[in-house]
Amino acid sequence: MTARKREDLRFDHRIIGDMIAPGSVVLDVGCGNGDLLEYLTEEKNVKGSGVEISEEAIYLCVEKGLSVSHGDIDSGLREYPDKFFDYVIFNQTMQQVQKPVDAISEALRIGRKVIVGFPNFCNMPARFQLFFTGHVPVTPSLPYTWYDTPNLHFLSIKDFEKFCGSMKIRIEKKVFVSGDFLIRILPNLFAQNGIFQITE
Amino acid sequence: MKERAKMKEMMNTETKYYNAPKDSEFCFESGMCLKGLKIAYETYGKLNDEKDNAVLVCHALSGDAHAAGYRRGEKKPGWWNDMIGPGRAFDTDEFFVISSNVIGGCQGSSGPNSIDPDTEKPYGLGFPIVSIKDMVNAQKELLDFLGINRLVSVAGGSMGGMQVLEWAVSYPEIAVSCIPIATTYKHSAQQIAFDEVGRQAIMADPAWNGGDYYEKSHPSAGLAVARMIGHITYMSNSSMESKFGRVKRKEKLGYAFTTEFEVEGYLRYRGDSFVKRFDANSYLYVTKAMDHFDLQGDKPLSAAFKNARSRFLVIAFSSDWLYPPFQSKEIVKALKMNGADVTYCEISSDYGHDAFLLEFVEETKLVKHFLKNTYKKMRKSK
Repeated sequence: MTARKREDLRFDHRIIGDMIAPGSVVLDVGCGNGDLLEYLTEEKNVKGSGVEISEEAIYLCVEKGLSVSHGDIDSGLREYPDKFFDYVIFNQTMQQVQKPVDAISEALRIGRKVIVGFPNFCNMPARFQLFFTGHVPVTPSLPYTWYDTPNLHFLSIKDFEKFCGSMKIRIEKKVFVSGDFLIRILPNLFAQNGIFQITE
Repeated sequence: MKERAKMKEMMNTETKYYNAPKDSEFCFESGMCLKGLKIAYETYGKLNDEKDNAVLVCHALSGDAHAAGYRRGEKKPGWWNDMIGPGRAFDTDEFFVISSNVIGGCQGSSGPNSIDPDTEKPYGLGFPIVSIKDMVNAQKELLDFLGINRLVSVAGGSMGGMQVLEWAVSYPEIAVSCIPIATTYKHSAQQIAFDEVGRQAIMADPAWNGGDYYEKSHPSAGLAVARMIGHITYMSNSSMESKFGRVKRKEKLGYAFTTEFEVEGYLRYRGDSFVKRFDANSYLYVTKAMDHFDLQGDKPLSAAFKNARSRFLVIAFSSDWLYPPFQSKEIVKALKMNGADVTYCEISSDYGHDAFLLEFVEETKLVKHFLKNTYKKMRKSK
């Protein structure tokens, strides 16, 4: 098996990979087929593990030599001791958990830093569709129809920042992306994804 | 051609026996000691010069040392044949796989049907009470004899999984990784209850005679009932429904207590074939060992795993109601509280507890890579 290089990674994985200090202990919550974890383990000497709900994805992770737990996020974090991880990654999963407040609180309990990545439901194409066509948006970054979607919560970048403020969560870093580009101005309008590094 | 020759070589296996030195004693957890310990075992694949490629597989209640391949003149392969062999989950091209019959069993290792050298008669109930830890200690003695002091992995399902967990806490320096499958760290009241019904069926058979029956007729009726109960708990409602439903053996239901439904015939067949190969007293001893097994004691479970150093692959099956996934999850949770390296997968299956013997395709996806990666890490850290 050849190790995954940075340039082979999905763009948001690259951003997250850059946030993580080499040699740290990392939990990837909703780690999917383990691409990011594999890169972190092989290239950044990270001690990584994952939580994933799909059985097929578990098989792929084990094939990559990763240590992963089959289970849902809502119950999968309680079993770790306080501050066990340097980083807990929550990429593209928070909008799908039953109780995001509990999930974020648990992540902040078990991890020194938490990296949250989520789709911005208020980016421009979505706003256009909502305003001009009167339909709930279905865009490349928000590909699901209302009747067939894993998403339970719909939030914008502004919403998340407000949430962190009200929960007294400190935002250490924030990066906004659209496709394979970084967005530096008006992220709530232009960014498809927000990636935040937060801490207690 | 090379593959085929290898397969053929693999297919022919024979059971070997370890006989402890004459003057040595094997002492049980209970404090009782046994002279002349004997362990039946089989091995598959080759032990390398470094003696670092060994894997131990542990069998369940009714299993034996014959885990894979075919013994001379037999048509049925070993109980985990789909998992052990060249290119399989326990890849014998790379690993040296050891399987031994548990102490207290009846398939070649010392047990209640062995001859007591003092009386020259079978021990019967005179055989010391056996625990899961005793089984593991006997396996350890076998490994010492084979000159193996590290295991890439210890793996097993059901009672085999209990032995795996015992290895993890008793010999953490030996078990580099552990694969407990469809198992628990302690029997629940329900699990004890099913075992007790099985034991009562045996003891209620007049032929049991307080365990002293070896020179007379055996308590076959009681043992068969115990096995039938066991089989019900190994299947799931849906697997029984799809296998038997209400299919009848005769066209019309009669007015007598004969075997009418397929499921009845199946259970009777299972019971009858079991008594030909299993000893009733062993059934009592081995089920008791499972019921007594309790890694937790009066501490939190995480404290029990404090010394565990192995990597873990914990596997459960969605429809297993005898050893339900929540019991495996408790193990996973306790291991994580200790910062252990754990992988957990709940394989979706309709087969119930039997899934650990049947879902080999899914198990292979996990076990094969887990073993290879463990071995790679183990060699790297040397």
